[in-house]
Amino acid sequence: MFDLKKHMKANSIDHAIALLLENPDARLIAGGTDVLIKLRNGKPGFSELVDIHSLEELNFIQQDEKNNILIGSGVVFTDIIQSDIIKKHIPMLCDAVQSIGGPQIRNIATIGGNNCNGVTSADSASTLFALNAVLEIRGKGTTRQVPVSDFYLGPGKVDLKKGEILTTFKITPENYQGYFGYFYKYAMRNAMDIATIGCAVSLKTKKHIIEDYRIAYGVAGPVPMRCPKTEKSVINRKVSKSLLDEISQTIETDVSPRTSWRATKDFRMNIIKELSKRATKEALLRAGEEV
Amino acid sequence: MAIGKSVNRIDAIAKVTGRAEYTEDLYKPGMLVARYFRSSIAHGRVKNIDVEKAKVLEGVEAVFTFKDVPENKFATAGHPFSIDPDHQDVADRLLLTRDIRFMGDEIAIVVAQDEIIASKALQLIEISYDEYTPLILPEDILKKDARQIHKGSSNIVGEHQYSTRDLQVISGDVDDALEKADYVVEGNFETVMVQHCHLENHIAYAYMDDLDRIVIVSSTQIPHIVRRIVSEALNMPLSRVRVIKPFIGGGFGNKQDVVLEPMVAFLTLKLDGRAVQINLSREECMTGTRNRHPFHINVKTGVMKDGTMVARKMDAISITGGYASHGHAIAAAGGSKQSSLYPRMATKFHARTLYANIPVAGAMRAYGSPQVIYALECATEDAARKINMDSVEFRLKNIARQDDINLLSGKKILSCGLADCLLKGKAFMDWDKKKKEYEKCKSGPIRKGLGVACLSYTSGTYPVCVEIAGARISLNQDGTVHVMVGATEIGQGSDTIVAQMAAETLGLAYEHVRVVQTQDTDVSPFDTGAYASRQAYVVSNAVFRAAADLKKKILDHAGLMTGKKARDLNIINGKIVDTHTNAFLMDMKTLAIDSFYHKERGCQLTADVSHKTTTNAPVFGCTFVDITVDIPLCKIKINKIINVHDSGIILNPVQAGGQVHGGVFMGIGAALSEELMINPATGYIYNNNLLDYKFPTFMDLPQIHHDFVETFEPTSGYGNKSLGEPPVISPPPAIRNALLDATGVSINSLPISPHKLFTAFKKNGLMVSKGDADV
Repeated sequence: MFDLKKHMKANSIDHAIALLLENPDARLIAGGTDVLIKLRNGKPGFSELVDIHSLEELNFIQQDEKNNILIGSGVVFTDIIQSDIIKKHIPMLCDAVQSIGGPQIRNIATIGGNNCNGVTSADSASTLFALNAVLEIRGKGTTRQVPVSDFYLGPGKVDLKKGEILTTFKITPENYQGYFGYFYKYAMRNAMDIATIGCAVSLKTKKHIIEDYRIAYGVAGPVPMRCPKTEKSVINRKVSKSLLDEISQTIETDVSPRTSWRATKDFRMNIIKELSKRATKEALLRAGEEV
Repeated sequence: MAIGKSVNRIDAIAKVTGRAEYTEDLYKPGMLVARYFRSSIAHGRVKNIDVEKAKVLEGVEAVFTFKDVPENKFATAGHPFSIDPDHQDVADRLLLTRDIRFMGDEIAIVVAQDEIIASKALQLIEISYDEYTPLILPEDILKKDARQIHKGSSNIVGEHQYSTRDLQVISGDVDDALEKADYVVEGNFETVMVQHCHLENHIAYAYMDDLDRIVIVSSTQIPHIVRRIVSEALNMPLSRVRVIKPFIGGGFGNKQDVVLEPMVAFLTLKLDGRAVQINLSREECMTGTRNRHPFHINVKTGVMKDGTMVARKMDAISITGGYASHGHAIAAAGGSKQSSLYPRMATKFHARTLYANIPVAGAMRAYGSPQVIYALECATEDAARKINMDSVEFRLKNIARQDDINLLSGKKILSCGLADCLLKGKAFMDWDKKKKEYEKCKSGPIRKGLGVACLSYTSGTYPVCVEIAGARISLNQDGTVHVMVGATEIGQGSDTIVAQMAAETLGLAYEHVRVVQTQDTDVSPFDTGAYASRQAYVVSNAVFRAAADLKKKILDHAGLMTGKKARDLNIINGKIVDTHTNAFLMDMKTLAIDSFYHKERGCQLTADVSHKTTTNAPVFGCTFVDITVDIPLCKIKINKIINVHDSGIILNPVQAGGQVHGGVFMGIGAALSEELMINPATGYIYNNNLLDYKFPTFMDLPQIHHDFVETFEPTSGYGNKSLGEPPVISPPPAIRNALLDATGVSINSLPISPHKLFTAFKKNGLMVSKGDADV
């Protein structure tokens, strides 16, 4: 039984915005895989819900005329995994969302909800960071665009104001064309688990030189993060085994994992370093490099 | 012939179509729900409690606290009653308590119209405590000036020892034997608290069908024992309590304990017989019911250069948590297995069971043996390695053989196929070849290893407890039979096995045997329930005798009808046959109609047997495992695993395989990931939910293999021995031994989680921060 006070079904984005403004205590619910757990646990602030589940306006994966890849915030993970566009252009996003929960969760949980939940362990987030995804946010008569790295404000906090809805993830062609990526989730179980560390690498090579390199983590700090020092040190370097070792050393200066009862800082750091090597190696292999 | 066939479960269709009714599916109009108010501290005493605000909340029917319950301590363990007062369970529990003994202890209870109102009412209860230092580690619990968690207990629930010197079964004092051994190998082993995680949480409701009698519907493994304990807890005659058991969604021992039933009975009594239900959440179930006892075990093994183990000395501490529940019986049962597994050496086992301010431990699949045999089989491996002998060879030299004498019981082992189990497993793994191949895989970041471990278990609880089973079989008018047993189906398949047994002895088709699936203590024959892997073994003789008796009555009636001698007749495939001429005489329906409706001869043909089993057949088995260890990521991957069991004659190969797979799965969980995480200073429990309690998923399991060595056990009705619990026992030590083989690192505590591997690898210099990038 859920202690639900008010459930309002929105029939459009504008309707949802209006409902949010009329009901200042209301929250959005899409798949409900995070919201219903909070409601069950009696967490305050979740008993009035504006339901955008299965809103067709938010359910699309497409490539526009400028070759931007656009993903609606209401797209469920199973549809991302099965999308020809995503499989062809950003397979690492398939890897990432394939690691979430189990089949039932992936059939109902949305990419928008995963990110609006605002947690560092969101499995789709580190990949979106590595892809420089831009989020389109609609309010009453307003539309604004926010880079994913600015969207995360702190644990559980995202850049959404009253009456705003995240509608679209945009990945521009300069952020995926020619790039090869890999996502590695480290958890205590192979399914139905929260990431101990998530690591996404996206890179571009030319004649065995790494032209661009991006590495992003979940659970390496309070919010998902990129690693600018490491990235800078890798760009324009020649592919080599020793470079992998070097990456695993430099990465320590970028991240700030903490000790919790789930895992110690030392343990997380060990995994962060090891995953930097393994994810980079896999991305390089996908790029046709030999390591 | 139904025995040995993989017939479909008799409840298969009801279950897969969702028609099988579990306790939560059953409903009484106007049923109220009750929720416990639980302590937020692990050790203390309630200073003040104020429930007035909760009481006046709309929709709340009543609130009771420790002040309102009978001052009548009772024992909750699902054991048969013991006539010997010295062997009775420890009565240390009240319905609600003022003294807090673990985080989650039950202080008050709210009865409301629905669970949301009940939850809100819980938040309105005001409480203050006197807090005491939680006692969690053995050294603190046993300190002289440690607070007594239960007054007068000294924090010790039980203590015992046995030794070959005292038993005089074989000669030899264990200390002398250790002295004379070529080598003595010693190890300290630890296991943690784990949970059953049965799919259906604990649930029960009660109502009164008149003003005199209480009816309890409960998800329980032990309906008849529930009846007795409720009558004890509420001080009312047993005949005024009726317990009904519908379909059960698993128990694994956690429902071999009386957990919710006395409370729902108390509440309906207080509320004029209105129906009251308690349906625990998963979070409550993981801390507020029962768990597995954590053990600390020291093992000394004396071994000769030729590979003979000559001595084994064990000292164990078992932690039972805030209340005794099954108490010291767990350590006693676990410790007995050394004597059937390795019966030819000087042996001494000593154990103490302690109270602690952690959740209550009770019965769980294999009842102490997973803890003790884990330690024994790690120690056996260490002994084999000490003298550089192959792990399988070493075990073959020392394990039990048929006609050995079980040291503890003094009884001859009548069937033992363990050596053949080891040989089968060894062949399946291609042990010798793999061992050679893996010699090259003992360095670098990725390593490989092989492990083996053996097990022994029992087929019931005799002579510690009575073993009684009842069976009643009636011939129906259409020539089929109905069987009623007290053996409790909890998902393990016992009703199917009972039908197979009855069909076999009666000469009927399996489809013509119906087993009454709901149990009701008003009508079901007496049986103490589902535990100790006893059901198929103990019920076998009752069913065999009842079926044989009914068969005789059927043939007598056929004799009356045909004028032939009953001894010349038989039932073959459901038909009466003249054994001299092989002539078909009549079908069962014709006979049944005559027995019921002929005006002068016959009667309803029934048989009713209650049988006490006074034997207890040991069973055997082993696990072989092949693993890859990823050192930088601190992960173990199981490449191949097989359990091989000697459980006597296999009654139903598919069901038996299911038992083995489920057990191996639980064993892998205990080996690699499962642990109820308890803060050692505060007693706070971190992970009482299925996200943070790392129960394996299908994605975490390798393909599980199994095989059997079928011996014939002469003390059983159909040659069968136990199988329900044994498969869980040997995977953890086999995996630990494989890790040792792969890395040279001994990890002597469970679970072998990534965190533990990280610490151990770091300590042993296996974590290299640079180089070794070839992953």
